[in-house]
Amino acid sequence: MTASATVSGIDQPDAARRPTVTIEPKTGWSAINLRELWTYRDLLMILAGRDVKLRYKQTGLGVTWVILQPLIAAAIFTIMFGRFAKLPSDGHPYIVFVFSGVLIWNYFSQVLQRAGNSLITDARLITKVYFPRLAIPLASTFSALIDLMVALGVLAVIMAIYGIMPTWRIFALPLFVLLAAVTATGVSLWLSALNVKYRDFVHAMPFMLQVWMFASPVAYATTIVPEKWRLLYSLNPAVAFIEGMRWSILGTSSIKPEMVLLTAVVSSLVFVMGAFFFRRVERGFADTV
Amino acid sequence: MSQTAIRVEGISKSYRIAKALVRQPYKTLQEEVVGLPRKLWERARGTVEPMETFWALDDVSFEVNEGEVVGIIGRNGAGKSTLLKILSRITEPTRGRAEIYGRVGALLEVGTGFHAELTGRENIFLSGAILGMRKTEIARQFDAIVDFAEVEQFIDTPIKRYSSGMYMRLAFAVSAHLEPEILLVDEVLAVGDAAFQKKCLGKMEDVAEQGRTVFFVSHNTQAVRQLCSRGILLERGRVVSDGPTDSVLSVYNRRVREMRIDADTGVNNPQNRRGSGAVRFTSVQVEDQGGEERYTFAMGDTVRFRLSFLAHRELRGLAVFVGIRSGISRELLTSARHVITESGIAAGSVGTVLVDLPSLNLRPGEYPLYLHVSESVESPVNYDVLDDLTPPLVMTAGTTPLTDNFDPSRPMGAYSIPSELVVECLEAPGGARSSTPLELTNR
Repeated sequence: MTASATVSGIDQPDAARRPTVTIEPKTGWSAINLRELWTYRDLLMILAGRDVKLRYKQTGLGVTWVILQPLIAAAIFTIMFGRFAKLPSDGHPYIVFVFSGVLIWNYFSQVLQRAGNSLITDARLITKVYFPRLAIPLASTFSALIDLMVALGVLAVIMAIYGIMPTWRIFALPLFVLLAAVTATGVSLWLSALNVKYRDFVHAMPFMLQVWMFASPVAYATTIVPEKWRLLYSLNPAVAFIEGMRWSILGTSSIKPEMVLLTAVVSSLVFVMGAFFFRRVERGFADTV
Repeated sequence: MSQTAIRVEGISKSYRIAKALVRQPYKTLQEEVVGLPRKLWERARGTVEPMETFWALDDVSFEVNEGEVVGIIGRNGAGKSTLLKILSRITEPTRGRAEIYGRVGALLEVGTGFHAELTGRENIFLSGAILGMRKTEIARQFDAIVDFAEVEQFIDTPIKRYSSGMYMRLAFAVSAHLEPEILLVDEVLAVGDAAFQKKCLGKMEDVAEQGRTVFFVSHNTQAVRQLCSRGILLERGRVVSDGPTDSVLSVYNRRVREMRIDADTGVNNPQNRRGSGAVRFTSVQVEDQGGEERYTFAMGDTVRFRLSFLAHRELRGLAVFVGIRSGISRELLTSARHVITESGIAAGSVGTVLVDLPSLNLRPGEYPLYLHVSESVESPVNYDVLDDLTPPLVMTAGTTPLTDNFDPSRPMGAYSIPSELVVECLEAPGGARSSTPLELTNR
């Protein structure tokens, strides 16, 4: 269905004025309106701030929880994979090796979990007021960063205990965090939009994240993957930001530039397609949510 | 010449509803996957589940100039809220186009985005940002908002500890400090107590006086009459009447009057027709002393209600209640309750009763009615409730002596009560008697 053509030329007095907003049915695909998103940047930050405050307010354990959860996961992996299975850790203490992987993976999965359900949680907002809907899942990308910061602090302590000093490579760390953020946002655009349409997506998500985690070098090193499969393996965008994280913190890693490049391409594709998909379905949100 | 603020051209909005049963708008992926073979089979055979297209808005066009205060009126389901949702960009039209010139602020509910766990301060920023304010703007208005809401001491307390009054005040304060060029308002007045509603109305009057465009959606005709210079009447998604408020409202009232109350009217609308259903009103008629059906009465007239009912079950005792609500705040202004009988009534019994309100001195205005039949005991179970489902009672200025002493164009309060003035003393500072005391008593 297309919008009917407007009769122009009759309203001469207004001819010079342009409407602030034109409302008409949109069809087909359209890109994200970045300018509009920019005007709502305060909202984006305030929504992210709300998520952080709620996370640290509602749970009595608050910060403790954020520290404990990756530590316990890392400890379990260290015992299972490091002690029992005796998997290689590229020559680093297994706990340091695993924790660095766990914390960036945690960031990634946190963004997905929060964003995935975000549109349903904020359904009341969607049906009562207009703003770029993208701000809701996007807020998760930013709010989960706080947990990552806390976990990075813990990592620094662990590294100090083991006497590991970071090198100049540490400056590449933000780049890999950015890579993780772009990937996570791209995937969460898909998840959040699909979740509005198919409510049982939430139930599939923990399972999906579990499988994805074991398909990524969180608890083990990429080196255990046979050489000939490496490139295929790194089609999984999580490989590059996890190994990249290790490279920038611990120095050695099996990461290769072409792997990072491949991931950058894959992630960008997921992100751009996700953005288009989100735009396409967002106009129905208020009617379905 | 004033410029256009809103231009709406042929806006339509359709919803698809499944004919057989009311389905949830969303699906589960499981349903989709499991149902796919069946869907394909049905499509191949051409037996797809029939979908009904419902047009919530059907080719609506109008223009609003800058500074106009427009009231959108219509019954429930006429498309008022859909129109507002389209203009505030919450949902898209199916067809048509609208142009908006200026910054829009939409008030579709009070406390949009409020979160119970957050403090008052945090919620002001959150809600403000959601309503479209910049952070610096909120910071600038912050003190004014807190002042208006009267919550200084509790500003850093989570709002889950607020009383409902405090919550409402804070929520409204945030919206009230939004400074849009065009304000879209839904029935915000439907919530909160009378004092709160007056505050809302007052604030809207301020906005209108500042020359900003206000687009007010309500079925509160009294509020529309008071606030708006222009009315647009919607009926089943179409514009039925557009013009000065008075004439549009009289069209609306005429249409409302044409509706007859019977045993089924509004039964599907639990907000307006409640009760156990053991007895149902079968007809409601408002008439004058002579038995002539009427809707408009002059002050001082006697108003008679002719109420017929049918008992669906065997009952013990029956009472009838006639209440008059305020046109603005909807609170009950006054009521009369009469026990019809305390003895048993057999199922299938019918009855008609008359309730007279002699020399009713309600001041000019519109008064929604609240009628019910109930048990005859104290704190009874209601059998049938007609809340604002009948045409409202319309009072006009009469010519009885009682009404001589007030200005009908600016009625204060709902009732005229008998009053008298005697000037016992009126002296200038020097002690000399005023030379024209008589003139004063006459005015």
